[in-house]
Amino acid sequence: MEMLSGGEMVARALEDEGVEFIFGYPGGTVLHIYDALFQSGKVPHILVRHEQAATHAADGYARATGKTGVVLVTSGPGATNAITGIATAYMDSIPMVVLSGQVQSHLIGDDAFQETDMVGISRPIVKHSFLVKKTEDIPSTIKKAFYLASSGRPGPVVVDIPKDITNPTDKYEYIYPEKVKLRSYTPANRGHAGQIKKAVQLLLNAKRPVIYSGGGVVQGGGSELLTALARELNYPVTNTLMGLGGYPGTDRQFLGMLGMHGTYEANNAMHHSDVILAIGARFDDRVTNTPNKFCPTAKIIHIDIDPTTIAKTIDVDIPIVGPVESVLSDMLKQVKDRCAKTPALPDREALQSWWQQIDEWRENHGIYHSPRYDLDSGFIKPQQAIETLYRVTEGNAFVTSDVGQHQMFAAQYYRFNQPRRWINSGGLGTMGFGLPAAMGVKLAFPDADVACVTGEGSIQMCIQELSTCTQYKVPVKIINLNNGYLGMVKQWQDMQYSGRYAQSVYEDSLPDFIKLAEAYGHVGIKVEKLDDLEDAMKEAFSLKDRLVFMDIYVDRHEHVYPMHIAPNGSMRDMWLSKTERS
Amino acid sequence: MRHIISVLMENEPGALSRVVGLFSQRGYNIESLNVAPTEDSSLSRLTLTTVGDERTIEQITKQLNKLIDVVKLVDLTEGAHIERELMLVKVRATGAQRAEIKRCTDIFRGQIIDVGTSVYTLQITGTADKLDAFLEAVGDAAVLEVVRSGVSGVARGEKVLSL
Ligand SMILES: Cc1ncc(C[n+]2csc(CCOP(=O)(O)OP(=O)(O)O)c2C)c(N)n1
Ligand SMILES: [Mg+2]
Repeated sequence: MEMLSGGEMVARALEDEGVEFIFGYPGGTVLHIYDALFQSGKVPHILVRHEQAATHAADGYARATGKTGVVLVTSGPGATNAITGIATAYMDSIPMVVLSGQVQSHLIGDDAFQETDMVGISRPIVKHSFLVKKTEDIPSTIKKAFYLASSGRPGPVVVDIPKDITNPTDKYEYIYPEKVKLRSYTPANRGHAGQIKKAVQLLLNAKRPVIYSGGGVVQGGGSELLTALARELNYPVTNTLMGLGGYPGTDRQFLGMLGMHGTYEANNAMHHSDVILAIGARFDDRVTNTPNKFCPTAKIIHIDIDPTTIAKTIDVDIPIVGPVESVLSDMLKQVKDRCAKTPALPDREALQSWWQQIDEWRENHGIYHSPRYDLDSGFIKPQQAIETLYRVTEGNAFVTSDVGQHQMFAAQYYRFNQPRRWINSGGLGTMGFGLPAAMGVKLAFPDADVACVTGEGSIQMCIQELSTCTQYKVPVKIINLNNGYLGMVKQWQDMQYSGRYAQSVYEDSLPDFIKLAEAYGHVGIKVEKLDDLEDAMKEAFSLKDRLVFMDIYVDRHEHVYPMHIAPNGSMRDMWLSKTERS
Repeated sequence: MRHIISVLMENEPGALSRVVGLFSQRGYNIESLNVAPTEDSSLSRLTLTTVGDERTIEQITKQLNKLIDVVKLVDLTEGAHIERELMLVKVRATGAQRAEIKRCTDIFRGQIIDVGTSVYTLQITGTADKLDAFLEAVGDAAVLEVVRSGVSGVARGEKVLSL
């Protein structure tokens, strides 16, 4: 029988769970745990410079690997600093376990030093949470936390641990459960056979089909099956911001991203379709535009692991609750069987004219058909910076991003052919996500190219992590599209507030990012001319073991297009440039 | 429409706050709520009444089901069911009013459970509508204090909500 203290149990449970990295920051209530981690030395710990970064780093790690990210923070300010990152993970359904220290049990409720009700504060942004009451409960609670975080629709789980139950002198028997079962938690493991049959029937008889897939396909390991299904049918595919890489971005059948900044062809294909197959996507308001004008002629099949996403904003015709992987494999099998028996399916003639229509849309307004930005502006266009990044990394980099115009340009112009390569805060839209997320990715894949596409606004929200990158030698490449504005805010102000830039300008207060990077021991490269861009980028990526901060001066007044016309627009109503509407 | 949703959930600290939090977080309304442990002390039974269109109610039941602490639930209003609420009312009862209130209480099959020189305390059970009707019959002027348990309910016949 093995007797361990609570602190040792935490360390040991993480080891038994196969945790590769803990991202964290110490403080009073977790000192016993930190000491146990120190003494066992088994699970590497990354000391960030702000708890928000710990959650984003764990999140980036989780998105890139599919494994659960782990965070350890102290009570009070440590816990509250983690909140933004927990909410970010929650909105995008990322598996994460957050261990937070809590004041001693007998002090809870007394407004003790660094006490905060972490379970209460985090309640609306977690999949579940625990306040551990007894040392003996630590192993089973941690096991449950990992199980909940990673199964079904994944999400963050908070485990709040009062200091007294981690006391090094109180030892209890340690048994780490092999498995847990919760009677109140039974995520679907198969889709309903009857529904799948109906869906296949509808899908095969479509004349203007479109497959709309989201983050669920990436997270649920459904990319290969989705690709196989789409190819089998020769149906067009569009991805959400979260779903990019779920279908190969350079494939002929790929229409690009849909939604507010989606492509002309993707948004039009959706609007004019007669059957939509939605997979692991949630009809977010940044996708649908005005709900009652959404895709008026379409019948909708919706596959999702989470029943609450179905018919939440848009009514669907055939809901299927289940993991995308198993549902898609059932569907693919049936599609193959049906097509073999009935060679007239799917309707090739209808499909041909549908593709003709789509190709026409592409030629007229598609961003991949020809450049839709001004080539002779004399400035570096942000789109060109992303295209250059794409070329230099041969489309194989992990790309994290912050939030703003640069994020949308990255989503549009870096064409992801693999899942888990595009890592951004889609649901919450958290500025500050990019750099710490890139650290998490790079630690998991030390040999891969990892680029953080950011803006001079966003990067300053977690810039302190340059120091973490120094300490752990994390040579990510920062691609700062420096437009000197909170660009996305400015774009809205240009379009809706007659160019009144209320608090989207910094005057001359921006730091010299090159000197800043150098101050942390990194390399800085400033790019002001288009002619220098490609070589500079190549140089940055050739410095394999250095963090390089590329400060790229891009056109300050560029806008992201297409852009949905709102309010009251439908999917197909878009601004195509500053002057042109669909 | 008004719905009565009955929930079987883990009798754990924090479970109730998750249910209540869900309603405020997602903008659903709770008209009444009651909760207590069941014969199996590891489980609580929570009954709530809410108002919403079909889509809202569907979301409410799905979102409740998604809470890890919720084991099972049923929308009782979807089938034949029995609904009861308990009400304790303190009313002013002096002079001729004493007999009048007694009569009214009898008509509603309530009981007088405490008697003071100028007040009666009454207990009435029934549907929420019946309790409303009683209060109206007695009249605002007489009513000093109202305590209602919130609606609880069960399905009629063989159907049970259990593990
Ligand atoms: C934490 C946070 N605060 C505010 C916002 C609102 N917001 C969205 S984009 C944006 C501007 C971002 O500026 P920058 O990082 O320079 O990117 P750009 O749009 O210029 O490419 C702001 C303020 C946000 N998304 N996140
Ligand atoms: Mg900017």
